Amino acid sequence: MARFLLRRLALGLLIMWLISLAVFALFFIAPNDVARTLAGRQATPETVALISARLGLDQPIWKQYLDFLGKALHGDLGYDYYHQVPVTEIMAQALPITLSLVVGGAIIWLVMGVFNGVVSAIRPRSVTDRSLTAFALFFYSMPTFFLGLLLLYFLYYQLTVAGYPIFPPGGYAPLSEGFGPWLQHMILPWFTLALVSAATYTRLTRASMLEVLGEDYVRTARAKGIRESRVITRHALRAALTPIVTQFGIDVGALVGGVVVTETVFSLPGLGKTSIDAINQQDLPVIIGIVLFASLAVVVANIVVDIFYAVLDPRVRLH
Amino acid sequence: MALLEVRDLRVAFNTPDGVLEAVRGLSFDVDRGSTLAIVGESGSGKSVATQTITGLTSGARVSGSARFDGTELIGASSEVLRTIRGARIGMIFQDPLSSLHPYYTVGWQIVEMIRAHDRSVSTAAARRRAADLLGVVGIPHARTRIDDYPHQFSGGMRQRVMIAMAMALDPVLLIADEPTTALDVTVQAQVLAVMRRLQEDFGTAIILITHDLGVVAEMSDEVVVMYAGSAMERAARRTLFYANHHPYSEGLLGSLPARGGARDRLTPILGVPPSLIGLPAGCPFAPRCPYAFARCWSETPPLRMVFDDPAHTSACWLTTVLGDRESLRAARVQRELDQPRASTPAPRVEVGP
Repeated sequence: MARFLLRRLALGLLIMWLISLAVFALFFIAPNDVARTLAGRQATPETVALISARLGLDQPIWKQYLDFLGKALHGDLGYDYYHQVPVTEIMAQALPITLSLVVGGAIIWLVMGVFNGVVSAIRPRSVTDRSLTAFALFFYSMPTFFLGLLLLYFLYYQLTVAGYPIFPPGGYAPLSEGFGPWLQHMILPWFTLALVSAATYTRLTRASMLEVLGEDYVRTARAKGIRESRVITRHALRAALTPIVTQFGIDVGALVGGVVVTETVFSLPGLGKTSIDAINQQDLPVIIGIVLFASLAVVVANIVVDIFYAVLDPRVRLH
Repeated sequence: MALLEVRDLRVAFNTPDGVLEAVRGLSFDVDRGSTLAIVGESGSGKSVATQTITGLTSGARVSGSARFDGTELIGASSEVLRTIRGARIGMIFQDPLSSLHPYYTVGWQIVEMIRAHDRSVSTAAARRRAADLLGVVGIPHARTRIDDYPHQFSGGMRQRVMIAMAMALDPVLLIADEPTTALDVTVQAQVLAVMRRLQEDFGTAIILITHDLGVVAEMSDEVVVMYAGSAMERAARRTLFYANHHPYSEGLLGSLPARGGARDRLTPILGVPPSLIGLPAGCPFAPRCPYAFARCWSETPPLRMVFDDPAHTSACWLTTVLGDRESLRAARVQRELDQPRASTPAPRVEVGP
């Protein structure tokens, strides 16, 4: 197990290094000369040269890369081009918002998806199964931004017009302002994120459960005289969870780097919206910072999934 | 009164191709402490029949009766069946690796079984009982191995774990569904020995489902030979091996390699078992039977007493005079040569040397 983990960690580091190379290359692939952009349209060549020197752009590329890597490893991702705010500070402000969105949304979609999937699998091809599948597919086929706008239209606009201003039109209220306002701001984004993803989990759980329910050890559990509810949960679901956990880890890892569409629809200034703004402004240090963080999240999520795999399935431990 | 009395059991499934009659009027008795072997090819309905009795088949149309110790099992509520399963009827299955849950230790699985039927037993007491049971079925170092997972045991040891679990609550009936099929021959003998010892110690009745006549010879008191969902012949073990009546039993025994005599060619039963969807009238074995005559194709023979032995019944129209068979065989061969039956699935008949 320890050797397995070390190998996974080494692989993760290698991937992160490759990503840092790719991300660094962004500086040079970008269409604009950074120093010239910053200096403004009427700058003299001297000003451009000065800015270039201050940003270290006059150094050889390998030195610039080592400099960039060294600073990044010390948690210094540079300053944004426009306001000279440290990138880490920008990200530190955006991250809690994205985390609020992802964690809440993930819990909702996991509970909904697994519950619906199990209910579907217990009575396959029944009316319940078919309606749950239809429900899942309905939201699965809907674009996220459209679902977000629908929720806003009915639950914010129509409710507010009718005199029940329960949900705000968007934006974020930090937890420091109280749990109530935070919850009010998060519920619609949560469900937008969750309803679209729950479909995947419903189908995944249903397929996984149907397979496991046909296993010999489930028949053994029934032959032992175990209550059916316990057969479903302790025996079947426990074994069916493995592929679900894998998918869940990867999905959450990918979303922690920013939930672009949902954050944009609900004007949540999380990592997703920050990165869109940075891309629009060609604010390279911010883009690079978020890309690095998002990659790190995916790499870490994959390692966590592997550890969880071994926790769930005792047969994995020996290898 | 027998411990288990099964009468005219019928199990049918709706399939896209039509109604599949998996069990067609099966009757048998199991006495306390005795072993009944149910023998037949794959798909003859032997597993479906026993799993239906214990309420493990879902989505089937079931009729008939199965009285277990005075309780009717067919049509009983799932709660009644649940309390009987495990506690009074233990079950073991063919593949012990896939039959044990891979994510739980064997001790956990046995403890779960004990506590599912009696909450008053503490987990610690159930664990002690589980360790004792593992020792009884011959697992070395039972006290430490109780915390191992199924994949850490060999095939034979896993089947011993299954037996220990099935016997945990001292059931009066053990249904062993092909318990040795997935095991090496040497391990088979050990597992059978464990089952026999437990039967002697606890007085458990056993229904042994198998297609291995060697296992039947080793274990059983009485034998039911099944074909296409119904019983072809019922007899005491010795009778079946040495004075069987039904041509299917004769064929089964004829396809066994004789011990030490490797020179004779095996005599296979020709043809394949019939489809159980829309089975025609008449004896289901007739298309493969070397002695079949006109009546076999039109009327289904009932089980009736043969050789004046009340414990010996056979579902065959043949008279008890064995000498008749040779002339019948010759007549059938002649008939096949004259006009091959178009409707039967290739009843190729080898003409003698």
